[in-house]
Amino acid sequence: MLHLLWLIPSLPLAGFLVLALAGRRLPRALVSIVGVGSVGLSALLSLLIAREFVVRAPEGDAFVQTLWVWMNVGGFAPSIGFRLDALSLLMTLVVTCVGFLIHLYSTEYMRDDEGFSRFFAYMNLFVAMMLALVLADNLVLLYLGWEGVGLCSYLLIGFWSRDPANDAAARKAFIVTRVGDAAMAIGLFILFTQLGTLDIQDLMQRAVREWPVGSGVAVAAAALLLGGAVGKSAQLPLQTWLPDAMAGPTPVSALIHAATMVTAGVYLIARTNVLFTLAPSVQALVMVVGALTLLLAGCSALVQTDIKRVLAYSTISQIGYMFLALGIGAWQAAMFHFMTHAFFKALLFLAAGAVIVSLHHEQDMFKMGGLRKQLPTTFWTFLIGAAALSALPLVTAGYYSKDAILHHAWSLGRAGLVPWTAGVLGAFLTGLYTFRMVFLVFFGEAKTKARHGPGFAIHLPLVLLGALSIFGGFVETPESLGHVTVFGRFVGTILPEAGTAHAALGPEWLFHAAAVGLPLLGIALACWFYLLRPRTETAGLGLDSLRRFWFSGWGFDWVYDLLFVKPFVTIARLNRSDAVDWFYRVVADLSVGLHLVLRLTQSGRLRRYASGIALGAAIILAIVELR
Amino acid sequence: MDKALLTLITFLPLVGAALMLLTPRGKDNVIRGLAVATTAIVFALTLYLWGIFDPNSPAPASSVAGVGTEVCAGYDARTWTETPWIAPYRIYYRLGVDGLSVMLLVLTGLLSFLAVFSGFTIRKKVKAFYVLYMLLVTGMMGVFVALDFFLFYVFWELMLLPMYFLIGIWGGPRKEYAAIKFFIYTLLGSVLILLVILAYYFKMVSLGSPQLAFHIPALVASRPFSVPGGPTLFQHLLFWGLFIGFAIKVPIFPFHTWLPDAHVEAPTAISVILAGVLLKMGGYGILRLNYPLLPEVGAAPAVMAFLAILGVVNIIYGAFCALGQKDFKRLVAYSSVSHMGYVLLGIAILRAEGINGAIFQMFAHGLSSAMMFMLVGVLYERAHHRDIARFGGIALQMPRYFALAVVGFFASLGLPGLVGFVGEILVFLGAFQYSAWIASVAAIGLLLTAGYILWTMQRVFLGAAKPEYEGFSDCNRWEFAAIVPLAVFSILFGVLPGIILNMFSASTERFLALFNGLL
Repeated sequence: MLHLLWLIPSLPLAGFLVLALAGRRLPRALVSIVGVGSVGLSALLSLLIAREFVVRAPEGDAFVQTLWVWMNVGGFAPSIGFRLDALSLLMTLVVTCVGFLIHLYSTEYMRDDEGFSRFFAYMNLFVAMMLALVLADNLVLLYLGWEGVGLCSYLLIGFWSRDPANDAAARKAFIVTRVGDAAMAIGLFILFTQLGTLDIQDLMQRAVREWPVGSGVAVAAAALLLGGAVGKSAQLPLQTWLPDAMAGPTPVSALIHAATMVTAGVYLIARTNVLFTLAPSVQALVMVVGALTLLLAGCSALVQTDIKRVLAYSTISQIGYMFLALGIGAWQAAMFHFMTHAFFKALLFLAAGAVIVSLHHEQDMFKMGGLRKQLPTTFWTFLIGAAALSALPLVTAGYYSKDAILHHAWSLGRAGLVPWTAGVLGAFLTGLYTFRMVFLVFFGEAKTKARHGPGFAIHLPLVLLGALSIFGGFVETPESLGHVTVFGRFVGTILPEAGTAHAALGPEWLFHAAAVGLPLLGIALACWFYLLRPRTETAGLGLDSLRRFWFSGWGFDWVYDLLFVKPFVTIARLNRSDAVDWFYRVVADLSVGLHLVLRLTQSGRLRRYASGIALGAAIILAIVELR
Repeated sequence: MDKALLTLITFLPLVGAALMLLTPRGKDNVIRGLAVATTAIVFALTLYLWGIFDPNSPAPASSVAGVGTEVCAGYDARTWTETPWIAPYRIYYRLGVDGLSVMLLVLTGLLSFLAVFSGFTIRKKVKAFYVLYMLLVTGMMGVFVALDFFLFYVFWELMLLPMYFLIGIWGGPRKEYAAIKFFIYTLLGSVLILLVILAYYFKMVSLGSPQLAFHIPALVASRPFSVPGGPTLFQHLLFWGLFIGFAIKVPIFPFHTWLPDAHVEAPTAISVILAGVLLKMGGYGILRLNYPLLPEVGAAPAVMAFLAILGVVNIIYGAFCALGQKDFKRLVAYSSVSHMGYVLLGIAILRAEGINGAIFQMFAHGLSSAMMFMLVGVLYERAHHRDIARFGGIALQMPRYFALAVVGFFASLGLPGLVGFVGEILVFLGAFQYSAWIASVAAIGLLLTAGYILWTMQRVFLGAAKPEYEGFSDCNRWEFAAIVPLAVFSILFGVLPGIILNMFSASTERFLALFNGLL
């Protein structure tokens, strides 16, 4: 069974090829079958392979399959090869299963779109590239997947290309992430130059062998990889593209900009965790980036009016949690949160999408309201997702994964003070903005009449993801709550277990009180402001400028525009006619000028020629004589 | 057959041209058919050459006295051709190929075949156009197979004349200006090359072995100007003479300004040849003559650093200029300047990754730039302008064209999995081992490239459909015939670059062996 591994990414790729070459001529039903079926088969195969992997673990807890050597030059010989281990298997399962549900959902969501087959072609290509990214056994193939998903993200954000704003958002997403990619590429060059391989396993072994902890190269390499990770995962300072990326169709936001692609940075750091352990300063930086991002994005989420932008900022914030976890060495907790986040954030996006289509593509939450009765299934599933996002205790997956991160920070003692504080503050913000959304959209009076409710293809993914958002968390529970460690044991073969040798920040009850209490406080506040006392936000609080500042995402766009975009474009415009060519034009003009001057002498008058010759002869004779 | 293969590849286009001249007036379709047939046969012959070429074949024995087989190592013995041509001056008709030449011959065969289809839009003086086109093909092929310095020069100049007329007669509004600019620039380079040829001739005569005066492999092996203790001033003069001669063709900053004008005015088919093949002649000259003849200069640390930096300047300056352009074709022309910077950077650092990357980049750029110019041409045929700002929404009108454009643009951008990535990453890897700083600065080029490519795509293809482009037909079959193969190859050789790399990696090793003890 394991030897069929290559089929997992190949099936969606085949789907893409069929749809790209013949999609326009196929009937929609067939397009759906190809588009959804290819990912569905891939998901089924992943599940079968996962079963075999768990039942009969291969030697070394990993299975490697090399298809061919990509290129081979002077010791640089990256292969097209896949490596299945617990980490890549987890990612593969999430990508294919969540991907399948989102594809299924899209058949209804995109039903009336003229670009139906093009949409599924791009989506299939995305899944293939994402699988190449997570299954790659070397960093060059990983980079291929990395850029490939970037391409699909570009194509899908700008899917509705009629609106120039969508195209601009797509371009921004690609270029901003490419800043990170360029850093990551340099990181790969350092790794190859220093260690002579880009095979991930070899690389990690050699790094441990040859680099002491804190060595300069390790720090440089880890920092550059971090650059790639913050770009792809929309973390500070490269987070600006993700809110705009919501211009794409909602299933795209769910799949690419919530569940899978944006977490690639988390995967990259987890995959190369050895490197980050060798560079403690960079690892600390990962934590700081995560902490800052989760707070900044949480604040911005509080004041958005567009439901998808709230979810976008929320995604940035939640990935901030994952970075924070990576930064404090809670590798397993980071991946756990990645998994549950994929479930509940995909759910939230899909449910939001159901709301949006029911309201004829209205995305402004202040024009929604009272949808609880009109869209009951959507409401209940959205509520489950919101509860999981706010880490409602005990019953949601989000609680267990976030708790794992916070608990690790707590157990670090003084070193955990910053991440823990940021984490619980973020949890408070999360509860607040999430339930602000819930109350604005589903409660209060109905402002817009919803058209008929969504059908089966939308409801089934919602219900299944809802179930996952609840039960997906029970695979790993804290000691006080049954101490299930299925997840930890599973990824433990790849990711080191978090050590807990420190003195905790304080007594255990305080931890639980804060971890449970602050999100609940946030929810309660949201309830007060948006359900019990609904009124214009921040009216009379004198916070309008702060609100605008948060709304604009802390002014990053403005600064980048001023610092980078404008100067570059201005210089390029000024140099449109190519300054170098001036030199040649001057040379040419000089020759022409000289020609004009000399032409004056050629008058055709014999007397002038004769006198000229005479004068010349006289001068030459004079020079010869007088010397 | 094998013995005459290189001669056939080189001169068959002239046979086609002769047949065209015999065709009665007004039979334009016969001319076009002849052009397709001739270039198809030539392309097939280059593929056959690739098939029989064995990088480890025994070296051919040169019939010239005093030249051992080791001198010609790397050249294919089966196709080696050598007969005296202008006997008093020991000028030979000497043809031979190694992996580098084979790759460029295949590329030239492919592009000259596909560009014929792009030329179908030419309505004026069809016969003259294709006769000159065939002459051009002969000149290009000849440059890549000639191993006699004089013969090389003849082919080098041979290609100049038809190009001048092809731009000057069939070009756009400012065709005369562009043609003369191209001519003067190239002639300046040619003069410098000729001076170096003469210097070698007189040196060999004075050394008493005039039979080797134009024998390129023998000159490379004997290094007549070498003195112990490093490169002399005269060697530097020779090196830079050749370098400027070739750099103008590549083109390398600051000798690039003929290129945008020539491209903008040239008809599509000629732009394709210009970008796809002609620029490679510069890179080929640097690899075949400039460095091998004068390795001491090329390996001097200051020269390495200077040329590597010049390569980076090319990459970034070209991208910057592309970012500012309003004319679609001019933008693509500047992107060529940027992409050829990788070739110079890869060569300058004298490492296996860099050289292989540079050569692969020549191949990749041959595909992607040819494709870009064809794409621009398709649009120009319909809109009759190339003003980027006036386009928009083309993707909605011409979806299949847009799909091809996506492949072309992203191949040019260097997306992994497409052909442009391989050359770039290899050059970067080599450059990084040479100097982390130079490579890191070059990486800014990655961002600028993404910037101008995506910005152009947005302005031209995306956005709302504009009424003035209503009813634009998608690509016709000839346009498909020209572009689809390039798109397929751009993907194929991005995924399986080994097919191309294997052709010339042995040649790269031999090239680097020239620098043993110098680095």
